[in-house]
Amino acid sequence: MAATPLLELRGIDKSFGPVQVLHDVGLDVYPGEVTALVGDNGAGKSTLVKCISGIYTIDSGTVTFEGKQVAVHSPRDAAALGIEVVYQDLALCDNLDIVQNMFLGREKKRGIVLDEATMEQMAGETLASLSVRTVKSLRQLVSSLSGGQRQTVAIAKAVLWNSKVVILDEPTAALGVAQTAQVLELVRRLADNGLGVVLISHNMNDVFAVSDRIAALYLGRTAAQVKSSDVTHSQVVELITAGRSGNLGLPPEKPADFADITPGDAQ
Amino acid sequence: MSTTTLESAGGVKVVKPTVASHVRDYWGRVRGGDLGTLPAVLGLIVLSIVFGVARDETFLSGRNFANLFNQSAQVVFIAMGLVFVLLLGEIDLSAGFASGVCGAVTAIALTNHGYSWYVALPASMLAGIVIGLLLGVLVAKMGIPSFVVTLAAFLAFQGVLLKMLGEGTNISIRDEFVVKLNNGTLSPGLSWGLAVAAIVIFAAVQLNRIRSRSKRGLITEPIGIVGLRIAGLAALLLITTAILNQERAINPAINSLKGVPIVVPIIGVFLVFWTFILGRTTYGRHVYAVGGNTEAARRAGIPVDRIRISVFVIGSFMAAIGGVMAVSRATSVDPNTGGSNILLYSVGAAVIGGTSLFGGKGKIINAVIGGAVIAVIDNGMGLMGYQAGTKYIFTGLILLLAASVDALARRRAAATGNK
Repeated sequence: MAATPLLELRGIDKSFGPVQVLHDVGLDVYPGEVTALVGDNGAGKSTLVKCISGIYTIDSGTVTFEGKQVAVHSPRDAAALGIEVVYQDLALCDNLDIVQNMFLGREKKRGIVLDEATMEQMAGETLASLSVRTVKSLRQLVSSLSGGQRQTVAIAKAVLWNSKVVILDEPTAALGVAQTAQVLELVRRLADNGLGVVLISHNMNDVFAVSDRIAALYLGRTAAQVKSSDVTHSQVVELITAGRSGNLGLPPEKPADFADITPGDAQ
Repeated sequence: MSTTTLESAGGVKVVKPTVASHVRDYWGRVRGGDLGTLPAVLGLIVLSIVFGVARDETFLSGRNFANLFNQSAQVVFIAMGLVFVLLLGEIDLSAGFASGVCGAVTAIALTNHGYSWYVALPASMLAGIVIGLLLGVLVAKMGIPSFVVTLAAFLAFQGVLLKMLGEGTNISIRDEFVVKLNNGTLSPGLSWGLAVAAIVIFAAVQLNRIRSRSKRGLITEPIGIVGLRIAGLAALLLITTAILNQERAINPAINSLKGVPIVVPIIGVFLVFWTFILGRTTYGRHVYAVGGNTEAARRAGIPVDRIRISVFVIGSFMAAIGGVMAVSRATSVDPNTGGSNILLYSVGAAVIGGTSLFGGKGKIINAVIGGAVIAVIDNGMGLMGYQAGTKYIFTGLILLLAASVDALARRRAAATGNK
């Protein structure tokens, strides 16, 4: 097991106006491991991802990447470090083919002309390295692909650039059983290829199927980050819903943590 | 599966295409809702046969054939520009009068100020670019829907044109170069030469792509399909040239008239140029991306606003070229140059040719084929003695048909999973 994390977040705070969404959040992403990021709706998963990918800037806290403290101000900064995000809504263009989508915005050129042959070759190599062998043609339009294949293209697009950390936002949410298995296998393979993978998911089966570590967020705080083998299904569910499970997780709330908002006595 | 599979360079197994599988794929795409230019080409053939049978003396005459190119030039050029605008799912309703205004710029520079064509034509193109910048900035930066911006511009340019022409006079031009653009013909020898050169270059480009791809171990199109494509283009160009090289003057003794109209190679050059830009450059790729999924394009780091402005610039630039052609054809500009049905014919040409009104799908060739359909309808029905009213109704129905095909193709695509 790798000793030092590839990406290390410490004490991340993020507020939107008066609403503090992240309190002192920490997260470690190890190379060659899948770290599942779980939490209920509104726990701050998406906000955390957007902070990592540079869409939001953090208010305070440190981001350490490969042992060096870094500042990520824009998606380009994140991409330059080798952090890629595969969003839930895929961000593929239906009217373009697989190769065109994988190179969108970063096309290879020879002079002013697109270098289609090189792009097709690189796309083919990347898909092969992910053991994808099921496309009819690399020149197939994305609109003609199944949900699982589209997810595969989106993931392949993210790893095409020698990225080191890939963050997947609910990659299986819209997929059927067989396709989910196919995508999870791909997620596992990314980690086996040495990447640090962050998997955001609501599905406990998916989480336990592929993850090495589980980081649970509860109301904008890190409830716990544990090895998947050390916890049970129900413990994780408790971490998600209550923020603690036995001696794991956040300390119980003290009465002082609550403001008294009960209506005053009837007058 | 009886088809052979083989390893492509990357190691991903893909099906090696054969002529049969290529045809099957094409048919599958058509059934899946991706019709492309097919309906327009079929329509063009059917209409030509109908008018040819009904008016074989006039419609099929060489003179009328040459006329079709001159008559449709303005619409085809405007439609080429509109393809870019439509690719982003936008619309430019002002293209007709923008072409009128730019045509007036040419005429005023030539006649009122006595400048040469090499001043007047760039001035007109510059006017087109400025108009496009204005429209594009209003749409992309201010966020006003293009329908409203260009509707306002449609009204305003109509007024600008009137003002430029001194409230309703018309300005005629005499500059030989400009008049020749859409009236002159090439010599028969030059016509043959250009046709053969075009075929040779096309064949070389196609075969070279196969050679360089197979050298890198990538899948190539079956050679049979490429051969058919080259043969098809060769037949089309050679037959067209042969017909146009026939004597078509009413009284050849006085004034011989034969050869390919000069406007044909001009259309050809713009067709090749814009097709290259859309298909082979990063810019073209980004236009398709923004039209297909704006959000995905933005996340990929594509400057969406700049792309949006640029398509309006190209649209108005091509409208200016169309305006010059209209002025050349009529040897004058009047307050209705680019007015009446020009805009609607142009949008119609792009859509009938297979450009989607929903964005993301379309090619420059669509404008040319759609323009040909419109020209044939307009010309053929005129020869059959139908009144303007009937022609408009029929053209309107054809446009409606094309738009329905587009919409139905989309629904069909959604139903078969080709969202």
